[in-house]
Amino acid sequence: MTLATATKRSARGKPGRGVADHGAWFLVLPALIPILVLSVGPLLYGIALAFTDSQSGRTEPTQWVGALNFQDLLHDTLFWDSFRIGLLWAFGVTVPQFFLALGLALLLNQPLRMRWLARALAIIPWAMPEVVVGIMWRLVYHPDAGVLNQTLSNLGLGDGKDWLTGTATALFAVIVVGIWAGMPQTTVALLAGLQNTPRELHEAAAMDGAGAWRRFRTVTWPAIKPIALAITALNFIWNFNSFALVYVLTQGGPGGRTRLPMLFAYEEAFRYGQFGYAAAMGCVMVAVISVILAVYLVGRLKGGDEA
Amino acid sequence: MMRTNKSARAAQYVALAAYLVFLAFPFLWLISTAFKPAQELGSLHPTWIPKDPTLDNFRQAFDEQPLLRAAGNSLIAALSAALIAVVIATPMAYVMARHRNRVAKAATGWVVISQAFPFVLIIIPLFLILKNLHLINSLLGLIMVYVVWSLPFALWMLVGYVRAVPTELEEAAAVDGASKVRTFVSVVAPLLAPGIVATAMFAFITAWNEFFFALVLLKTPEKQTLPVILNRFIGTEGVADLGPLAAAAFLATIPSLVIFAIIQKRITGGMLAGAVKA
Repeated sequence: MTLATATKRSARGKPGRGVADHGAWFLVLPALIPILVLSVGPLLYGIALAFTDSQSGRTEPTQWVGALNFQDLLHDTLFWDSFRIGLLWAFGVTVPQFFLALGLALLLNQPLRMRWLARALAIIPWAMPEVVVGIMWRLVYHPDAGVLNQTLSNLGLGDGKDWLTGTATALFAVIVVGIWAGMPQTTVALLAGLQNTPRELHEAAAMDGAGAWRRFRTVTWPAIKPIALAITALNFIWNFNSFALVYVLTQGGPGGRTRLPMLFAYEEAFRYGQFGYAAAMGCVMVAVISVILAVYLVGRLKGGDEA
Repeated sequence: MMRTNKSARAAQYVALAAYLVFLAFPFLWLISTAFKPAQELGSLHPTWIPKDPTLDNFRQAFDEQPLLRAAGNSLIAALSAALIAVVIATPMAYVMARHRNRVAKAATGWVVISQAFPFVLIIIPLFLILKNLHLINSLLGLIMVYVVWSLPFALWMLVGYVRAVPTELEEAAAVDGASKVRTFVSVVAPLLAPGIVATAMFAFITAWNEFFFALVLLKTPEKQTLPVILNRFIGTEGVADLGPLAAAAFLATIPSLVIFAIIQKRITGGMLAGAVKA
């Protein structure tokens, strides 16, 4: 019996290493085909489109134009404005959100009353459709019927503003919504990291007389650092590529002050029918995101060596 | 814990209260607005509690836009997408978790990279492909997109659940001469059932909430899903419409909130299992 087991095992080899196991293909194909046809394929097609003059509703055949779209993009100040706004928005949301979420996660990790309520509330933005989040904040920001201006005037802090339609306030106003909407994922991820931190280490550090800040720096932070880096990088990418929230809040207005790159590319493709040009915008966005991702991955690998 | 003094504890409660206010107030305002009669919404001094709560906004919301129809469309799209996604993702997740061959590695790479796509790069070609297949303005086309769109996260969660299943049972099955497919279907899949249900629910919420693909692919109100119809309310804006808008938005949130409350703990677990080992 032992011999039989041994033979069977060696026949299987090291799990999956180069073994022609046709069963595995049966298990993979149902997902692999849709991924190739509806994700990888279109992605390559999209990159190819960036080098064509593809437009919607055109009768002449689409032609290769080489790097022409990219040359045009280089001189398209509106695109670079939106790119700058996209970066401002992504930083403006990701960074404060991380610190707010870290604070909330640390609090939720303490034995406080009402903790369950905060946990439940912290989940709500996550479960809501982005369109509803946008609508909800439009109601909050509404110049007359909104709670924000009403509260501000009750507190004697001026008689309110058109937050979403004022050129000075619009980007700030949508960034606040972005922070609110993305808090849960970040908090939950950090909280999970905190709960994996060995309690004994904390107690030992406390016994040695380490203050709260030192305990955080020497025990807590090293334990949650991998998760913190991962969630921050993902948040940045997701925010840079986001669409629905700002589309519902401002449609990119006023005067393009909140026109994120995705909103710009969407208009270019589906309002003006410039498929090739919009695809080129997508390529530029991917390229920039890849650089950021690469920098992050290198940082993470180095961090891993230290730990 | 013993070292935490009273003033530090008090500060923690103040901070917690501030978070509670920040997290809760937009949602409470949405509910408050949804139940306010038109004249209260027009008032220059809005209040938190409606003086004269009414259901008129809900009635008016259903009159103004085809909400039931839209909810039906959303239900069909989200339910189909979630079911198809887990049915095809579970076997693949099993292979990804248990094997280190090229396919598994490539799939893991795709899961990570797909998180960085700007959707515009994928929606233009998809739009052209679906147009050639006459699947624009069709729920079928949207469902196909949703299946693939929800796959990365579904795979990520499921790989975590598979890794939590001990390998001994599979080895025993292999000793008994069961094929890979057989082992998966009769040994592994049943053990994964709770994880599969949680993943399906998450995929359902993602599709139920989705806006961008639906906005691009669905053209007529009879086909559009709830988020797109909600956005149409804004197009017809005016102070008088705030109430119905809030009412409809509030209703659209309820299904995802209920499901999320049920699976919240499992998602965290699945996410972590995926994140830590990825």
